Amino acid sequence: MSAAQSDIMTETPKISLQNLHKRFGPVEVLKGLSLDIAKGESVVVIGGSGTGKSVMLKCLLGLMEPDEGKIFVDGEETTHLRGAARTDLLAHFGMLFQGGALFDSLSVWQNVAFQGLQRHTLTRAQARDLAVRKLADVGLKPEVADMMPVELSGGMEKRVALARAIATDPDIILFDEPTTGLDPIMGDVIDRLIVKCTKELGATTLSITHDMASARTIADRIAMLYDGKLIWQGEASSIDDCGNPFVDQFVNGRAEGPIQMPVQAG
Amino acid sequence: MRFLRAIGRAALRFLAAAGRLAIFTFVSLSYCVRPPIYVSQILRQFVEIGYYSLPVVGLTTLFTGMVLTVQTADGFGDFSDENAVATIVVLSVTRELAPVLAGLMVAGRIGASMAAEIGTMRVTEQIDALTTLATNPYRYLIVPRLIAGTAMLPLLVVVGNIIGIFGGFLIAVYELGYNGHQFIARSWDALETIGVVSGLVKAAVFGFLIALMGCYHGYHSKGGAQGVGMATTNSVVSASILILSFNYIITGLFFAA
Ligand SMILES: Nc1ncnc2c1ncn2[C@@H]1O[C@H](COP(=O)(O)OP(=O)(O)OP(=O)(O)O)[C@@H](O)[C@H]1O
Ligand SMILES: [Mg+2]
Repeated sequence: MSAAQSDIMTETPKISLQNLHKRFGPVEVLKGLSLDIAKGESVVVIGGSGTGKSVMLKCLLGLMEPDEGKIFVDGEETTHLRGAARTDLLAHFGMLFQGGALFDSLSVWQNVAFQGLQRHTLTRAQARDLAVRKLADVGLKPEVADMMPVELSGGMEKRVALARAIATDPDIILFDEPTTGLDPIMGDVIDRLIVKCTKELGATTLSITHDMASARTIADRIAMLYDGKLIWQGEASSIDDCGNPFVDQFVNGRAEGPIQMPVQAG
Repeated sequence: MRFLRAIGRAALRFLAAAGRLAIFTFVSLSYCVRPPIYVSQILRQFVEIGYYSLPVVGLTTLFTGMVLTVQTADGFGDFSDENAVATIVVLSVTRELAPVLAGLMVAGRIGASMAAEIGTMRVTEQIDALTTLATNPYRYLIVPRLIAGTAMLPLLVVVGNIIGIFGGFLIAVYELGYNGHQFIARSWDALETIGVVSGLVKAAVFGFLIALMGCYHGYHSKGGAQGVGMATTNSVVSASILILSFNYIITGLFFAA
């Protein structure tokens, strides 16, 4: 991990978010967020609900444009890329959405092999083979390939979504709350699959979660988002004695502390 | 003062919505003429819109033709005969009734289901997922529906014309005891190019409007199941109003002066 840390200093970071600002109407969600991620590193961003974690990922993917600030991938600015240039960039990305976001009109294998099918880089038979292989990687049997997304349980859905995210062997993978809504055991299974798959691919990953167990399993480095900025970042192992009261409160899940949750008076 | 402010705000909101719709339409059309085109998606929509709407359109025009014959015969009283009834039925069905009624029925069926499907994809982040899988959602979702709507509605109206006139024929011959040969011969004479063509042009425009409203409201829906429900309602209401007003405009273009 310290190797990855020193890489940040010497090499161009794989992903660099610089001073991102994003507001929705009167509410400023991101207020100058900066984050560098080295090649092959796994960073987890933690933070409370509604602090803008998903917004950060959407800015990186180009699903939203930041009002201010810059985004670099492999040293090239991508902040305002559009059209074919954006499509080419996105071909290097894999994304696991918070709700899975499987296409419910397509079968599981068509979901997993979607990109190959649509871009005609694979024949149908090849696409199916690829899907079955990727499903095996996430611990699903070949029979699942012909099921429809509505027939899947929550845990299976996450696995299929994970298989789709890694199907094109992307060099950057983003995970939006991969374990939310799963029981702790299934959550741990998914976390381990994420670690296994990303290490095998040598991918750079950025994950967001508010599940500390998940963060500890996946992360090389953890950063905490609060009030639109990253207020702390450090190695995953150092999070318990980081000395930051905000992080401390979040990690231990206490209602009392510097982070005030707006609670409506009854 | 507060009253003026409220009016101003409503006007601004209306302009903003009109601008959003104009941009949406322009972007969608620009993708219609630039490859790649997803042929399999277009074929799927052909079946969805064309084939599955046949029963609805068929029944609507059949009963309309039948009612029209009864009313026309009654209206002409003693002057009523094969020639008068056949002429009225053919002109009304091909010029107005088949395109408008088919349009309204398809707006209820297809417009609503497009808005619901695309709206659900929006709120469950499937549209974002499309983008991140390097597939343009306009090309994959919107363009096939616009093309299929515009192409399929005229075909449905051709079928609707035939069934509507056939409905008139049934009543004329079996209820009113008219001469069937005479009715058919007169119907054939009454068919005029401008009536049929204007009906088909209307149908194509209505088909485009239905698909556009379904896609637009679905694409911009937000806020979970309730938002999708609202998108569905809005798509049907706005498509219906647009159909009726464009019907007037196109009729003016073909028949005024
Ligand atoms: N498209 C949008 N339009 C308006 N406001 C938005 C939009 N997307 C997000 N927001 C607002 O931005 C804030 C942050 O949202 P975001 O989804 O990033 O939260 P999050 O940190 O991912 O929370 P959670 O952990 O619950 O997923 C929220 O207050 C939300 O209301
Ligand atoms: Mg989120």
